[in-house]
Amino acid sequence: MEEKFAHPELRKPEHLVYKTTDLMVDCPLSYCPGCGHGVVHRMLMEVLEEKEIASKTIGVNPVGCSVLAYDFMNIDMLGAAHGRAPAVATAIKRLWPDHYVFTYQGDGDLAAIGTAETIHACNRGENFTIIFINNGIYGMTGGQMAPTTLPGMRTSTSPYGRDIEIMGHPLKITELIAQLPGTYYVTRQSVQTPSAVRKTKKALRKAFDLQDQKKGISFVEVVSNCNSGWKMTPVQSNIWMEENMFPVYPLGDIKVDGELVTRS
Amino acid sequence: MGELRLMKGNEAVAEAAIRAGCDGYFGYPITPQSEVMEYLMVERPYETSGMVVLQAESEVAAINMLYGGAGTGKMVMTSSSSPGVSLMQEGISYLAGAELPALIVNIVRGGPGLGTIQPSQADYFQAVKGGGHGDYHMIVYAPASVQEMADFVQIGFDVAFKYRTPVMILSDGAIGQMMEKVYLADPVARLTDEEVVARCPWASNGRPMSRGHNIITSLDLDPAGQERLNLVLQEKYREIEETEVRFEMIDCEDAEYIFVAFGLSARICQKAMQLARNKGIKVGLFRPITVFPFPKNEIRELGLKVKGMLVVEMNAGQMIEDVQLSVGCNIPIKHYGRFGGIIPTPDEVLKALEEKIIGG
Ligand SMILES: Cc1ncc(C[n+]2csc(CCOP(=O)(O)OP(=O)(O)O)c2C)c(N)n1
Ligand code: SF4
Ligand SMILES: [Mg+2]
Repeated sequence: MEEKFAHPELRKPEHLVYKTTDLMVDCPLSYCPGCGHGVVHRMLMEVLEEKEIASKTIGVNPVGCSVLAYDFMNIDMLGAAHGRAPAVATAIKRLWPDHYVFTYQGDGDLAAIGTAETIHACNRGENFTIIFINNGIYGMTGGQMAPTTLPGMRTSTSPYGRDIEIMGHPLKITELIAQLPGTYYVTRQSVQTPSAVRKTKKALRKAFDLQDQKKGISFVEVVSNCNSGWKMTPVQSNIWMEENMFPVYPLGDIKVDGELVTRS
Repeated sequence: MGELRLMKGNEAVAEAAIRAGCDGYFGYPITPQSEVMEYLMVERPYETSGMVVLQAESEVAAINMLYGGAGTGKMVMTSSSSPGVSLMQEGISYLAGAELPALIVNIVRGGPGLGTIQPSQADYFQAVKGGGHGDYHMIVYAPASVQEMADFVQIGFDVAFKYRTPVMILSDGAIGQMMEKVYLADPVARLTDEEVVARCPWASNGRPMSRGHNIITSLDLDPAGQERLNLVLQEKYREIEETEVRFEMIDCEDAEYIFVAFGLSARICQKAMQLARNKGIKVGLFRPITVFPFPKNEIRELGLKVKGMLVVEMNAGQMIEDVQLSVGCNIPIKHYGRFGGIIPTPDEVLKALEEKIIGG
């Protein structure tokens, strides 16, 4: 692509300003155009490349839209059963303590079917990184209600909007696990603008740096869009996310160096 | 050189695991098998061999910890009892689908539901016919003594890695709890990480740039690909059926009648055989040691020579289906079972032989 389309002058190495990391497999992603998953993948792989730890990293991906993430990330990976990635990663990190281990999970995976595995891995203070893609919906199965679905939000299983009287409240699992002594770094980020992407990448870098210290779970939530499931254009979905998701899931660090961040 | 010890079946499993060089045990307490983890926690192999021992938050978590450990090429195991093993079924199916080696010990108790904590053999179907979803099998060993509880740990790990498949030791609460003399082999060292990498080139344990990335999964969204995976599995099961069958025959040479029984029931049948022979009834015992692969051919041949078979199980009639399929309908094949944690007595078994087969 680059070779074919770029002006010969631009192809000179001294003019190179951006190149996709080799840790992203050169293939079409399975995600809908406009979806945040792919951006997070790239940031994650860039962090591994910059830290030069790709050969010592083992990833665990979930069941959800990112079920094929192992095809896109050019590192050793395991596809876990729905919700069980933290249990899978627990064993891996304990058996390979010098390796870097991460899970990559959606909200249904992490905060519904896998709630027990999430809480207990966090509470044991396992030394891996959890990357949590919160799009407030079950993207993969066609847009059903997730534990993180907002009140009033329409999904295929809450077609008249989530009624909290009947369907319960959105689960702020990130605030919940931040209370556990086993978590050391807990942050909530997003990827809808270049500056948000940069912040997410910084958070991911910090999360992996912390694995060296073996002080417990580093947890990076990314509030993300699901333009298909939300039935919006990518641009609309990002605006809707900023206006509706961020008030319920405010961005920023929740726990740093094992201490809860007090918000003004 | 090894060593002789007096131990419970559950303890023998734990000690044998340490000595086999097991890398990780993950489990959740349930009677009548909790001694496995309790023994390991007392022994603390993590301070000597480096073996990881972890009490998981549930059997669901434990089996998925096995998936993680096995997917990186390590020797991992769990133990549980019936309700816990039911919870593990999804994970076992994933292990089979992703072709991962792991050892699962089921110290069966009576069911269904919460059932009882007393011994039972009612999980035969679950262990042998798949249990979880999809077309798969485990290799299943049915020990009849504390010695075999220990032996099948090393053997189980060996075949698990040979075929890249989950392996089950299908025992029961009586064998788990009873104490017997057991010979324990000398400990072997755990493999180093380098040895694990060399032994399991397929495993996901960190990609050196000299190879492509490894992926552990049971997913193939393309039906043709998924069918190919299924065919690979089926071929593996046929090979296992050809090479891994184990069984024991006692006093079958002159026998007119045969008890067919596995595990604890086989022990009871041995006593019933003595009683029968004292009365002049020529009866032998056929004991499947692997219940998958089932010793079909051997039992079929035996069926050609005898007048009838009594299948004795602590369930409502499960293995009898495999006996009938193997032998056919030329001779009477009947079942005698007790359930819910009741262990049949040798007298009952002999009476059943007399009434259902000899007199029947
Ligand atoms: C045991 C089990 N139950 C249900 C499913 C079906 N399923 C697949 S993905 C999914 C939800 C995924 O939603 P989420 O975790 O939010 O990920 P997203 O697709 O939104 O990224 C469900 C319910 C399954 N694969 N396994
Ligand atoms: S369904 Fe939603 S989460 Fe899944 S790829 Fe499409 S936009 Fe992304
Ligand atoms: Mg989701």
